[in-house]
Amino acid sequence: MAQITMTQALNLAIDEAMAEDPGVFCLGEDVSAKQGGGVFKVTSGLTEKYGEHRIRATPISETAIIGAAVGAALAGQRPIAEIMLMNFVGVCMDQIVNHAAKLRFMSGGQTPCPMVIRTTTGVGVGFGGQHSDMLEAWFAHVAGIHVVTPSNPADARGLMRASIDANDPVIFIENILCYGLKAEDPGPGYRVPLGKAAIAREGSDISIITYGRTVLDALAVADDLAKEGISVEVVDLRTIAPYDEATVLASVRKTGRALTLHEAVRPFGTGAELAANIQEKCWDSLKGPVRRIGGTFSAVPFASHLEQAWIPTKPQIVEQIKASLGKL
Amino acid sequence: MAEIDRDKLLDIYTRTMKVNRTDEKFRELLMGGKVAVMYYCVRGQELVSAAAMAALEKDDYVVCTYRGQGEQTAKGIPMEKWWGECLGKATGTCKGKGGTMHITDPETGIMVTTGVVGSGLPIANGLAMASQNNGDGRVTLVSFGDGAANIGGFHEAMNMAQLYKLPVIFLCQNNRYGEHTAYADHTDSPNIAARAAGYGMPGVTVDGNDVHQIYPAVKEAVDRARRGEGPTLVEAMCYRMMGHFFGADFSYMPPEHIAEMKAEDPLPKLRKVMLEHQFTEEQLDAIVADIDAQINAAVEHALAAPLPDVGEIYKDVLEETA
Ligand SMILES: Cc1ncc(C[n+]2csc(CCOP(=O)(O)OP(=O)(O)O)c2C)c(N)n1
Ligand SMILES: [Mg+2]
Repeated sequence: MAQITMTQALNLAIDEAMAEDPGVFCLGEDVSAKQGGGVFKVTSGLTEKYGEHRIRATPISETAIIGAAVGAALAGQRPIAEIMLMNFVGVCMDQIVNHAAKLRFMSGGQTPCPMVIRTTTGVGVGFGGQHSDMLEAWFAHVAGIHVVTPSNPADARGLMRASIDANDPVIFIENILCYGLKAEDPGPGYRVPLGKAAIAREGSDISIITYGRTVLDALAVADDLAKEGISVEVVDLRTIAPYDEATVLASVRKTGRALTLHEAVRPFGTGAELAANIQEKCWDSLKGPVRRIGGTFSAVPFASHLEQAWIPTKPQIVEQIKASLGKL
Repeated sequence: MAEIDRDKLLDIYTRTMKVNRTDEKFRELLMGGKVAVMYYCVRGQELVSAAAMAALEKDDYVVCTYRGQGEQTAKGIPMEKWWGECLGKATGTCKGKGGTMHITDPETGIMVTTGVVGSGLPIANGLAMASQNNGDGRVTLVSFGDGAANIGGFHEAMNMAQLYKLPVIFLCQNNRYGEHTAYADHTDSPNIAARAAGYGMPGVTVDGNDVHQIYPAVKEAVDRARRGEGPTLVEAMCYRMMGHFFGADFSYMPPEHIAEMKAEDPLPKLRKVMLEHQFTEEQLDAIVADIDAQINAAVEHALAAPLPDVGEIYKDVLEETA
């Protein structure tokens, strides 16, 4: 099989879903051919195949974009709405939280809202405070939405297909720094079920529970520490909410130690929920407190060295693991 | 003045009285302490909703607000289900999980009732976009208040609807108040409809208490939308003859305003039109009596209906929990 980038993986998944189901369509700023197929080119080449009605370039109107996706979903279509950068979700939170997420429940199950909200973000590109945040915890805190993020091209392809299939809203977070990652193409029709984590690497001394770009950091650290005889297990959540509790708990029961890791700021982050749940349910297996690593509790800074100091780093991960093992 | 044929007049009258009698009944129940729920009265706005729903086909979509009783009952939600929902019963449209502010009944086209001011407009665009995409010929009507015309979503939705020529009717029920704030205290432009021009869209302001203005205006907007010519903003001038919600104080309404709205009450006006069109007092009274009987039966049914099972709080969160 050919090698594909994450961008291509997403494009292929959307393309095949659109080919199979005329109810699937994309909308968002700059997404159509006239604008070059999206700022990050994820929808490139699709206007030529499916026309401008199914790759709708929109005005800069996040509320109208998400509202339109909600309405189309209620009418039985499967819209894929793009919010160019994750920080802009602030503009359309009402449509996501009060409408997309709640209409199934508030209607007593009559009006599910099958829609995907694609968005991208990431620290390390020099975009500064309003274009870099990972805001997954905002959505994980709302009942009625799936929050998904891939860490590699194969998962990107499979998770995107599963997200389009889902009969509920999905926030699909793409990390800018991961678009260029290359891996083997899992092929047409590939799906990664929502709510299923992956053991990205098996280990026996500690479990790192993470997702998205920081999976790469965790794997790199695991490689390094293996040389020192420390065996790290890496759990890639893939679906952040509702997450695969069974896999997480089984991993922690096996290793007896847990470290949560995410790019989002640490206070009240998803790591806090994971840690609390692990402590409640794996208390007897734990050999020490669950540790948490997250971004610094400030706005993402601009200057490159500040940005690198802000973000969780590999030395930090190593330090936390060694502290947990009493090997500092 | 556009003529309306007798059948349509009768249809509008029947829907108007259904809205009015439902409103009266709700207030009677609340007043008597029989039920204690949030209810946003529609007294004074019955004709706007009834005429608008009479201009739609059964399959057309509607998005409305917490003050949506008029659209909901006039579009034809079965009364037992409607009352069941308002009383929080298992027999309600939404199994008692939506309530008065979130009535949903896709079978009659009531797709969303939102409690968030202005949020219905962007969603209406999406319903219309689906119709445009799949060519089902439906139109979508979204109803909202004068206050809603000042929220961002209104502007985003109007621009997008016109850009794509979506089959949408934006119906602004200008009842001159947003909660306790009078129109002149929230908006300095003389009307809302003029804003449509800013988006390249037709906009009209009509007297919502005059059946010969409101019905033709909405009908024309519906026909345009169905012909694929795009959206229209219809601003229906009307009065909210009660407080913002049942039991809310409305002492802030100046006496002149109250006198003016009493003089403009749409119900006596509509009755006059009906009599002018050779409907008899007896006929009109019989229609109301029949509606009252239906409402009473529906209320009895809802009062006696079971409460939702407590397990419902875990259901319908995601498909997996359905
Ligand atoms: C976004 C938002 N802000 C505030 C409120 C509280 N609120 C409920 S109704 C209302 C007034 C709305 O006035 P209008 O749009 O004219 O509708 P009307 O109630 O007159 O039908 C307000 C401020 C709300 N529900 N949503
Ligand atoms: Mg108002």
